Amino acid sequence: MKRSITRLLMAPSVLLLLAWMIVPLSMTIYFSTINYNLLYPGRNNFVGWLNFEFFVTDPGFWIAVSNTLILLISVLVITVVLGVALSALIDKPFHGRNIVRVLLISPFFIMPTVNALIWKNMMMNPVYGIFAWISNSLGLEPIDWLSDYPLMSVIIMVSWQWLPFAILVFVTALQSQDTEQKEAAQMDGATGWHIFRYLTIPHLARPIAVVVMIETIFLLAVFAEIYVSTGGGPGYDSTNLAYLIYNQALLQFDVGVASAGGLFAVVLANIVAFFLIRAVGKNLTV
Amino acid sequence: MTLTQQRKLKTLLVGLASWAIALLLFFPILWMFLTSFKTELQAISVPPQFLFEPTLENFGIVQERSDYLKHAWNSVVTSFGSTILALIIAIPAAYSMAFFPGKKTKDILLWMLSTKMLPAVGVLVPIYILARDNGLLDTKLGLVIIFTLMNLPIIVWMLFSYFKDLPKEILEAARMDGASPWGEVTKVVLPLSVGGIASTGLLSIVLCWNEAFWSLNLTASEAAPLTAMIASYSSPEGLFWAKLSAASTLACAPIVVFGWFCQKQLVQGLTFGAVK
Repeated sequence: MKRSITRLLMAPSVLLLLAWMIVPLSMTIYFSTINYNLLYPGRNNFVGWLNFEFFVTDPGFWIAVSNTLILLISVLVITVVLGVALSALIDKPFHGRNIVRVLLISPFFIMPTVNALIWKNMMMNPVYGIFAWISNSLGLEPIDWLSDYPLMSVIIMVSWQWLPFAILVFVTALQSQDTEQKEAAQMDGATGWHIFRYLTIPHLARPIAVVVMIETIFLLAVFAEIYVSTGGGPGYDSTNLAYLIYNQALLQFDVGVASAGGLFAVVLANIVAFFLIRAVGKNLTV
Repeated sequence: MTLTQQRKLKTLLVGLASWAIALLLFFPILWMFLTSFKTELQAISVPPQFLFEPTLENFGIVQERSDYLKHAWNSVVTSFGSTILALIIAIPAAYSMAFFPGKKTKDILLWMLSTKMLPAVGVLVPIYILARDNGLLDTKLGLVIIFTLMNLPIIVWMLFSYFKDLPKEILEAARMDGASPWGEVTKVVLPLSVGGIASTGLLSIVLCWNEAFWSLNLTASEAAPLTAMIASYSSPEGLFWAKLSAASTLACAPIVVFGWFCQKQLVQGLTFGAVK
């Protein structure tokens, strides 16, 4: 087929995505250099780096950066460690394995707003929640999760959502593991732990890297769970960068500062994306 | 203990542990499901009630209180609409890249993937302003456009990998028989990849249905899909757990079932084929 026709077939996708990337991004860059508040239209003078200065010196900025990183790293550790352990566990045959698998991956399909509300109300409510009931039954003081440990509460919600994703990927990857190799190792007297440590873990190295990178992209942008459950509070205690930017833009109407923050988030995500794309690209045969 | 006995015991223990953990992780969903059949009083009873006389009244009240069906319809229109639109745009692109790859094909694919990495919050402000200025704020059309663009890279990517795996010989045979390029696509490529297209579409519907960031920020009462409608139950006007659970159960049930069916595609789609 002629080159021109193949180009024509690709054109809609390529042009749309190009517009989707360039138009809003250049608007963000432009807004970040001007004074732009939705409450005071018409005063859009150039302010240079001022918006960035405002964003970085916002009292919530460093808290939000550290919250973003704590959230990211905790969820990554929880989902990868438990994900590897659980997928190795259910890789062995037992009764009802398919049902167990379905149960384990289900939380991934629960929409984030529902996720946050189930946990906020039915699990973590200090009076009527399941956790409070368990604490009381054990004779302990119930914990007010969302007020006393807001960030940890968000970590629990987000991990509950993403652990199934890790399990799903690792289970899929384990199915392609060489069983003959495992059997040979067993014949030679290798213990279960040795097989796990020296055969399974190396086999999972690549899937683990992929899970880490994909989760990172999503976890840097956690929003709905915070919006619904803690509203970023108390204070800034569970505010992450995404929520801080939302707060600047749609609650304080300061487009300039929010855009500066948005660019900051884009740079952060691009650092991760760079590595992810390299890893995926290596595997891509055209 | 003999070796077989030992092995049996091990299988039993593995099974028990797996079941226990699976039930633990599934418990919040089960609890939501059970609570949706309780009265509000039962829903907040201490200790929690596991056995109770089920009632269906919550489902009716949810419809009255928050016009559930309107929001469900919004979800259906936005997820199916954007999925169909994205498939129409993506199929030609994936087809030409899979069957007539050039030197740049790999770069284009990777570049498409990179657009997926752009954090939504980085372009929240301009998208919000563009939507406002074009009258797309709180409209289904606005969400359909956003969802289409959001999922286009994944859809192109998945279709590309399906098309690439089609046997080339069949296409050559069709060409020998004098099939036009158009006939080649409609009579050979599409029928052979119905399964692939269907599961790509399924994945896209799941992703749209559960999308929360844009739904929360770009819609209000009119076009809010279920994700945004459910968020209105977080208001502290009272404890409506039974109704919240009923609304959530209705909103999540179809997608959880969809999800069970497209596990494999989900892994491939979300990892861009890096894990098979």
